[in-house]
Amino acid sequence: MNSHLIDVYADTGSVLHTADPRAKVSAVLLLIVIVGLTPMGAFGAYVGFFALAMAGALVGRLDPLLIVRRSLIALPFALAAILLIFTVPGPPVLILPLTGWAITAPGLVRFASILFKSMISVQFAALLLATTHFTAMLWALGALRVPHVLVAIISFMYRYIFVLAEEAGRLARARDSRSAVLPGVRPRSRSLVFRARTTGRLIGALFLRSFARSERVYMAMVSRGYRGEVRLLNPQPLTARDALIAGLPVALGGLLLAASLLLG
Amino acid sequence: MLRSAPLAPPAMHAPDGFFSVWLSIVGWVITAALIALALRNTRDQLGERQVPLMGIMAAAIFAGQMLNFTIPGGTSGHLIGGALAAIVLGPWAGLLVMTAVVAVQALLFQDGGLLVMGLNIINMGVITAFVGYFVYRLVRKVAPGRTGLLVGAAAGAWLSLVVTAAFAAVELALSGTSPLRFALPAMVGVHALIGVGEALLTVFALGFILAARPDLVTGEEAPGQRSAGWVTVGLVLALAITLLAPLASPYSDGMERVAEVFAEPQAVERPPVGFAVPSEPQFFGEFRDAPYEILPDYTVPFLGDSGVSTIVAGMIGVLIVFGVALGVARLTRRDERARP
Repeated sequence: MNSHLIDVYADTGSVLHTADPRAKVSAVLLLIVIVGLTPMGAFGAYVGFFALAMAGALVGRLDPLLIVRRSLIALPFALAAILLIFTVPGPPVLILPLTGWAITAPGLVRFASILFKSMISVQFAALLLATTHFTAMLWALGALRVPHVLVAIISFMYRYIFVLAEEAGRLARARDSRSAVLPGVRPRSRSLVFRARTTGRLIGALFLRSFARSERVYMAMVSRGYRGEVRLLNPQPLTARDALIAGLPVALGGLLLAASLLLG
Repeated sequence: MLRSAPLAPPAMHAPDGFFSVWLSIVGWVITAALIALALRNTRDQLGERQVPLMGIMAAAIFAGQMLNFTIPGGTSGHLIGGALAAIVLGPWAGLLVMTAVVAVQALLFQDGGLLVMGLNIINMGVITAFVGYFVYRLVRKVAPGRTGLLVGAAAGAWLSLVVTAAFAAVELALSGTSPLRFALPAMVGVHALIGVGEALLTVFALGFILAARPDLVTGEEAPGQRSAGWVTVGLVLALAITLLAPLASPYSDGMERVAEVFAEPQAVERPPVGFAVPSEPQFFGEFRDAPYEILPDYTVPFLGDSGVSTIVAGMIGVLIVFGVALGVARLTRRDERARP
């Protein structure tokens, strides 16, 4: 199947993988909040958070480089924050030629802080996603008071995402096989509206097929006794080990936050 | 071809870190209230079909987002789908479908952050679905028939992305990530272009559905949606208020900034009032200067802290409106139950 559809779970059977998903989801959310609350320019604390994420990768027997690489997805979004280097008032560091725009020191600090904090947050999320299977994650969300119907809808989506991605792939293949070009012949360039019409109709077809499929699936469920209620397995108890695995990084992160607030 | 689209709209699956913690938490609170409302409404409308129908349609939107079409400039565009889902399935179901899409993108493929997921759901799910549906219904009321239906879908799809972009810009500004006077024109400008693709795809997809299964589209509002109509009106009004507050100030300031950047120093010879006609015909000087300066002193008091506080007030207003809406929904439900 397509590379776009490979999820980021990687089973290495480590301590992190076997830890309770509720504990992991809560810990990672808390860590992201802690990183978010850390003041701008507290680069010492950022290094500490980064070390925490890398330690997590080692404990989870994951490639630390993979976790770092995954956090690069924050880079395109830096574009949204780049103007801060000009707009935050402060002493100029460098004046751009031609435009005369001045890059300020506080602006640079703020921009770098936002970028680093975002990358560290993505690394914590990457640890969670790489060590927690999606079904376990959904179960944890249900246990953490996310409405069960919503969890059931997302579970259904997960079940059919790959089926419908295949269907979309078949539709796209049918379109492409009818848009063949002889070798050496320059394809006749078609208008944007023409291309949008072709793709839009594919989407309409996908929509209708999915609608019909949902009816069939519903009938099949009813015939197997479905009464509008999705039952989940009983929750396992949280152990002291889970509390330790989740609590230790959160406590360390909290210490870093407190230190950056007190010293900064 | 199935490829991840290079033209994925920016700041829509925003990762953690670009929106502030407090704003993210406000986003989660609003999202939680709306999801609770949506779950009730779709349960009334769909009954036990709710879970399979919406789960599979969410997967369909996700798969539909993978169908790219090439656009000039060597990139490709793809559907977001919030407006299409809301038009065919109704606003509440559209909201839930898009919520599931955003959640799976973040939790399975790490496309979008966890703490900011509430805001991402508001941007990608709530606003696209509600603005798309509301504009579509409005146009259909004014112009019935097939033309009105398709024009309404086009307008709804285009506006859904533009309003979403404006919201994302306001959120970036509130978080101190990007100044509003740059973020708003940039985000709205980019999405006004992306929105054309969204409008085209939505219209052609809807045209296909209209030809094959007209019963899905041409029907009047489904039972259970009528009560949602007033909530929709309240939501759109509240959203408009939050949007108008920032829109009032940054444009004038942004224009002034543009004028300052592009006007050469010796050409800056400002008339005391914007529309003052120069005594001699100085075409270029006038072009650089006058048309953008309707109110020279208008911008300063509105930007800065007071502008930000206006937006915060607006956000809190939205929150209160949703709280009231949730309460009203609960009360009416009790009334219905009490009836024999």
